[in-house]
Formats: sequence, C-alpha cells, structure tokens
Amino acid sequence: MKYLCLVYLEEAKWHDESDRECIAYVKELHDGGKLIRGEPLHPVATATTVRVRDGRVSVTDGPFAETKEQLAGFYLVDAQDLDEAIRIAARIPPARSGSIEVRPVRELDPR
Amino acid sequence: MAKESTDPEYAAIDAVYRAESRRVLATLIRLFGDFDLAEEALHDAFRAALEQWPRDGVPDNPRAWLVSAGRFKAIDAIRRRARFDALDDVPEPADAEVAARDAERVEDDRLRLIFTCCHPALAPDAQVALTLREICGLTTEEIAHAFLLPAPTVAQRIVRAKAKIRDARIPYQVPARAELPQRLDSVLRVIYLVFNEGYSASSGASLTRHEISGEAIRLGRLLLELLPEPEAMGLLALMLLHEARRAARTSSDGEIVLLDEQDRSLWNRAQIAEGSALVQRALSPGRAGPYAIQAAISAVHADSASAAATDWGEIVGLYDLLARIDPNPVVELNRAVAMAMRDGPAAGLDLVDAILARGDLADYRLAHAARADLCRRLGKTAEARAAYERALALTRQDTERRFIQRRLAELAG
Repeated sequence: MKYLCLVYLEEAKWHDESDRECIAYVKELHDGGKLIRGEPLHPVATATTVRVRDGRVSVTDGPFAETKEQLAGFYLVDAQDLDEAIRIAARIPPARSGSIEVRPVRELDPR
Repeated sequence: MAKESTDPEYAAIDAVYRAESRRVLATLIRLFGDFDLAEEALHDAFRAALEQWPRDGVPDNPRAWLVSAGRFKAIDAIRRRARFDALDDVPEPADAEVAARDAERVEDDRLRLIFTCCHPALAPDAQVALTLREICGLTTEEIAHAFLLPAPTVAQRIVRAKAKIRDARIPYQVPARAELPQRLDSVLRVIYLVFNEGYSASSGASLTRHEISGEAIRLGRLLLELLPEPEAMGLLALMLLHEARRAARTSSDGEIVLLDEQDRSLWNRAQIAEGSALVQRALSPGRAGPYAIQAAISAVHADSASAAATDWGEIVGLYDLLARIDPNPVVELNRAVAMAMRDGPAAGLDLVDAILARGDLADYRLAHAARADLCRRLGKTAEARAAYERALALTRQDTERRFIQRRLAELAG
C-alpha cells in the first residue's frame, strides 16, 4: 500500500525546521526503501490555478479551489517553465470539472 | 536621471535614458532572468554613462554600449554574491559585438517583457502595477498616486509579482501561435484597465486623469508596433476615440457633461481621424473582436453632428454583434440604451427592467442611472427619483454624486 503524506504548516513557521533535518529524514526513509518521493513547495503566493471550461483554458493567480473541491490526487511533473506546466495541467482530465493547482517545487538547501 | 547638471552632455544622456532605458532593461532581463538584478544593472550602466560620456562623447550605438555596460555590472554583482560559492555558474562577459547583436534583438525583448508582466498567472492588479513599473518606467509613487493607493501596497504587489515570476518560473518569451489569442487578451485587458483608470476614475475627486490614459495610449501604440494584431488595433482605436472627447466630458467647473449634451466642437479631430482609420483596418479582416466593435461604436458617435443626428440603428446593430461574441449584461445594458434612442424610452425601459429583474446588475450604479434617465424622459418622476437614489447610494465618485444630485434637484423643481 502506498500513502501520500501531505504537510500543512503556517507559512510563518515554514523555516522552523531546518532543511538539513528534512534532508536527513528523506535519506533515512530512502535508505530504508520506504520513500518514493518527497519535495518541499514554494509558498502559496506562487500558486496558479488551471481550469478548462467549454474547451477554454483559464489561468488565475492563487490557490482558488472551490470550498467543495477536495484533494483527489496529484501529478509531480517535470516542465521547463510555468507555461509548459500549465499546458500539462490543462490536459489532466479533472481540469474540465475541477481545479488543478500548479505549485513549483522548491530546492532544499543543504547548508 | 541627469538632474546633476544642465550641461548639454547631461541633456543628451537624459534623452538617451528616456528613449532607451526600457529597451535596455528588457534585454538585461532576458540575459539574466532576474528583474531586480537587471534594474540594478541598468542604473549602474547609466551611472557609468554619466561618468564616461561627458569625457569621451556619446557612443555611436548608445543602446549597445548600455547593454554591454549593464551586462558587466550584473556579472560583477553575481560574482560578489557568489564569492563563497562555486564560481562555475557565473557567465563570462561578452564582447562588444555580442552586445550589439543583443541590442538589435531589443524589440523581441520588449514584447517578451509585455507578455511576462501581463502573464495570467499573476494577479490582475499585479499585472497592472508591474506593466506600469517595468514597461512604462513609472515610479512606485506615481503608480500609487494614479490608482489612489498607498505606495507600500503597490510596492508589495510588485515585489510579490517578481517573486512569483522567479519562483514559479514564468517564462520570458512571446507565447506560441496557439496560445497567442488568449495571452494577447490578457495584455489588452491590462492596457484598457490602465486607460479606464485615467479616463473614468472609479473613485476619488478627479473624474479624468489625463497622464495615466496617455500612458495607456503609448502602451497601445507600442504593442501595435510590435504585434500588429487586429484587436491591438481595435483597442488603440477605442482609446483614441474615447480620449478625443476628453475636453468635452467635463464643464469648466469640473462637472460631468453627458454625450448628448457635449460641445462636439471640443472633440479632438486628429485623434478621431486616427481612431476611425484604425477601426476600418481592425474590422476589415472579417472576424471583428470586441475591442474593434466597441471602437466602431465610438466612431459612429464621433462622426455624428449631434445625438439626434446619430445613426442609432447602426449602433444597435454593432451592440447585437458585440453581444454575440462577448455576451455580458453590461453590453446588454448599453444595447438597451441605444434601443431607447432608436425606438423611444419605453422600449429601452422594458429591456433595462428585464436585465435588472435577472439581478445581474442589481448593484451596478450605471444600470440604475440608465433606468432613472428613461423614467425621467417618460415623465415617471417618482420612479426616476427612486432609481437616482439607488444610483447615488452605489457611486463612489464625487463628480458622479454631484451629477445625480443635480438631476434629483431638477426632478424636484
């Protein structure tokens, strides 16, 4: 069985835990064969919401999922820039009825 | 810039700054992928010009000189920052020839800058602030003043927008053909928003703010020069045709004068001629867009000697076309007002009431003002009064408030 562990944290507390500690835990899990992939994200201000309605792609600033919309899955994609990420997101089938939040992955700082 | 002296050399540098600073900035952003670094490099390059040009003369190709100087300054800055890191990533300074080639591709860079500043992944108010700051070169204080906002609010919008461009990697490029129509919409919307902010301020004491509209028209011209698309033409035409009426829109004591009461001899004929010619070209490809159609409506007004002599049938027809390609209640309202002019106020009132009954425009001051005016013309004084009161409660603008109060006083008298 695979599990997705989602991390929620007030943005003011994002740097309470050091990146170095996170890297160490990622390594421990990875060495034990328990980790598939873990990534930190950029703050919510960098989010973009992609929807497709009547065949038209709409792109808006921010994580504006409707309150009725619940997290249903994820795609971790490798794109050269936000425009390519938006093109990929727009073809995810639920983009036609729900919202896809595109959030850039942050590099952990080993120092 | 160049306020240090009134010497001719400084005046020459000042002129170069006005003509070239935004172009040089656009190229430096492409070279370094970082707005702040590029701005810093631009200022360093002009500081170097202030030292060297009065001594050595203005170079033959000042733009290439500035790009080259800016590039060296930026690389210095990266080196300083990277002192404790590996130095492998630091780009090598290019020679003068490469800089000249970069400077020649500058028009592409300006278009890249426009599309990046107006990227739909940025909040609309951030798109506006960033466009005025980076493309028009306005200061944060000037933008804040134009939009009646505190300067720190504008500064924060710009900082956040730049952080998102960097962290989410919004690309610095002109969109591919397939994405162009939608991305162009976003650019046109930003320019029109800037224009309207100057033309019909939504709040505050001043009805028209000439400079910010002028900035939007300059942006419209730049966009059309870089990207001759019909809708870019349509938007520039629309702005020119509105701007042409500016002198007639307010009385000498600053009060609103509606279209039907304006002194048409005050309309700017040169702007009307330019706008009308652009409308013809924007409409000719056959697939007219919303800006071109709105400009065509404005052009019909501009051609008419008076409100009574206006071809209202043609205006209704253009609104029909607009409602088909861009259906929205505000277009319907404008169409209803044109119908009232063509077929009489009773026909218009039925349509306005139907729109209001749907609730779409229940809080839109101009819908209530339109209803009030139609009731007034039909002699329905009590209804006119109630609708003016509703419009009055919804308006945030002093001149509009006084206009409605005058109408209410006329009804009472």
